[in-house]
Amino acid sequence: MIQLENINKSVGNFTLRDISLSIEQGSYTVILGDSGAGKSLLLEILAGIRRPDSGKILVDGVEVQNQSIQERPFGLVFQDLALFPHLSVRENIAFPLKMRRMSKLDVDQIIHELALRFEISQLMERSPNTLSGGERQRVALARTLAPKPNCLLLDEPLTALDTRIRQEIRGVLRNLNRSGLTIIHVTHDYQEALTLATHIGILEGGRLIQQGTAEEVLRNPINTFTASFTGIKNYIHVTISDQRGSGVCVAMANHDIPITLDLQEPAQEGYVIIPEEAIFLSHHPTDTSAANNFCGTITDFHPSPHGVEVMINSGIPLCALLTAEGVARLNLEIGDTIWASFKATSVRFIPK
Amino acid sequence: MSQSKLSLVFALLGGLVLLFIIAPLAGLFIKTSPVEFFETVNDQEVTGSIALTLGVSLVTTLVFAIGSVPLAYWLARTSFRGREIIQSLVDLPVVIPHSAAGIALLGMVSRDTWVGQAASAIGLDFVGHPLGIGIAMAFVSVPFLIQSARDGFANVPLRLEMAAMSLGASPWRSFLTVSLPLAARSIITGMVMMFSRGLSEFGAIDIIAYHPMVTPVLIYERFGAFGLKYSRPVAALFVLVCLIFFVLLRILANRRTHDPIRKY
Repeated sequence: MIQLENINKSVGNFTLRDISLSIEQGSYTVILGDSGAGKSLLLEILAGIRRPDSGKILVDGVEVQNQSIQERPFGLVFQDLALFPHLSVRENIAFPLKMRRMSKLDVDQIIHELALRFEISQLMERSPNTLSGGERQRVALARTLAPKPNCLLLDEPLTALDTRIRQEIRGVLRNLNRSGLTIIHVTHDYQEALTLATHIGILEGGRLIQQGTAEEVLRNPINTFTASFTGIKNYIHVTISDQRGSGVCVAMANHDIPITLDLQEPAQEGYVIIPEEAIFLSHHPTDTSAANNFCGTITDFHPSPHGVEVMINSGIPLCALLTAEGVARLNLEIGDTIWASFKATSVRFIPK
Repeated sequence: MSQSKLSLVFALLGGLVLLFIIAPLAGLFIKTSPVEFFETVNDQEVTGSIALTLGVSLVTTLVFAIGSVPLAYWLARTSFRGREIIQSLVDLPVVIPHSAAGIALLGMVSRDTWVGQAASAIGLDFVGHPLGIGIAMAFVSVPFLIQSARDGFANVPLRLEMAAMSLGASPWRSFLTVSLPLAARSIITGMVMMFSRGLSEFGAIDIIAYHPMVTPVLIYERFGAFGLKYSRPVAALFVLVCLIFFVLLRILANRRTHDPIRKY
């Protein structure tokens, strides 16, 4: 168990404030945040590259914040991997073992095991300069894991990789975690969190604004920033003002735009999430069972892996996910007036 | 302007500068007859002087590298108020007249200073001694080593040192196993530059240790005593030796070191 308690650190004008985080043994924690949110700084503090101004880091109850970088039980993979360019792959992996003055026999044995595990046996005599992105990533992981750290710290490990290699490395990381290794991974890419994390922390402006299991954070983002980071497009601040009959209530967005919910909630502030695939579009108002119908203007189209996201300004910003065929059939263009409809049952409410 | 015209203009301008460098040196060899040249090669005063010059410059470079490399690392890695002043002080010997450098050094190591007296007490004498020659050579040439090594260390990403330490290396081992090998090319280049600059020093050596004569002093001595005809073969031989050494050291430096950082 790794615990961060009230970690504070100022570097220039930036301050990491009051970071408290518990990381369970064997978990895969992804810290999500924008560039400049303090993700790398947090990893550097954990790794011992920087000392916190205040606060504690406990590993299984033992304080480690004053330990030197060499004594920390963490293995850090830098964003650019920091492979030593003057050493071969074998020498890179042997580096931490030689620093621990292990016998040549043991070093050779560990290198052999790691080479098999990471499928890099054929690369051992090569220079890191000659490797592909995925190969370098594997070598960096093998080197970091050679001294058997308690926890692996990853600084944006997939950022510079193309899609195919990214999937391959995700598989490697998932397997490492399944084998019991605790992993802390910082990134700005919520898809990495979706595919890898058991736990998520959201870092904004040096503060950890939300943390929990991946499901908790992804289902219940506490503000627009978290929602945007977890890939939720239609996350709208609302105030529930009154109830409309049996089990249906109205939430007001921007004070005067009513959104009907199939819920019974007392008057309060909160957020509604409208799944983008639950919004359907038409050129004219249609007589449907949908309780929510908004007239707006198409402002943009965003291609996505699942179709096309149509951005609509209807007093509140809405994003509808259509297939490319759907966009073509409706002959949609930027500036078109369009009707967006969705059912009250598709709207989820998150109290503030 | 088209690309070909640009290339032509640049080639012409660059060619003029190259000609300016090559012409006097070529003239030196053309005007030295083979007989004069081989007589000079057999002149023990000349060969002894060349050996002294090469030997003192080489030893000076190796000795001063021991202190200059740590200084260069410190200048590359630390940030403090007054760093620019220290950098300027390091570079100062390059910009001051070398006769002034010689006078400054003489003021420090002559027999009537405590440094000179302390050295005399243990049987060392800077003035008129190869030790004095070495000090004069080092004073004017060590900035080349420090500058080059400093740039070399500055080009080694700090992350690599951090990575080494996070993998268990002490700061010492991080320096020896990562920083030093990665800066080796610049350090060796700096040593070649220091060695070469030491070979050619005249002004400071002339003041602090005229005897035993290093080759630049010998050339000046023969020019003053016997004229151009007698000094030219010595100059031609010394230029040839310097050229051979410089080229050999460059080749050696390029073979021994590669530039992994740039490729990475």
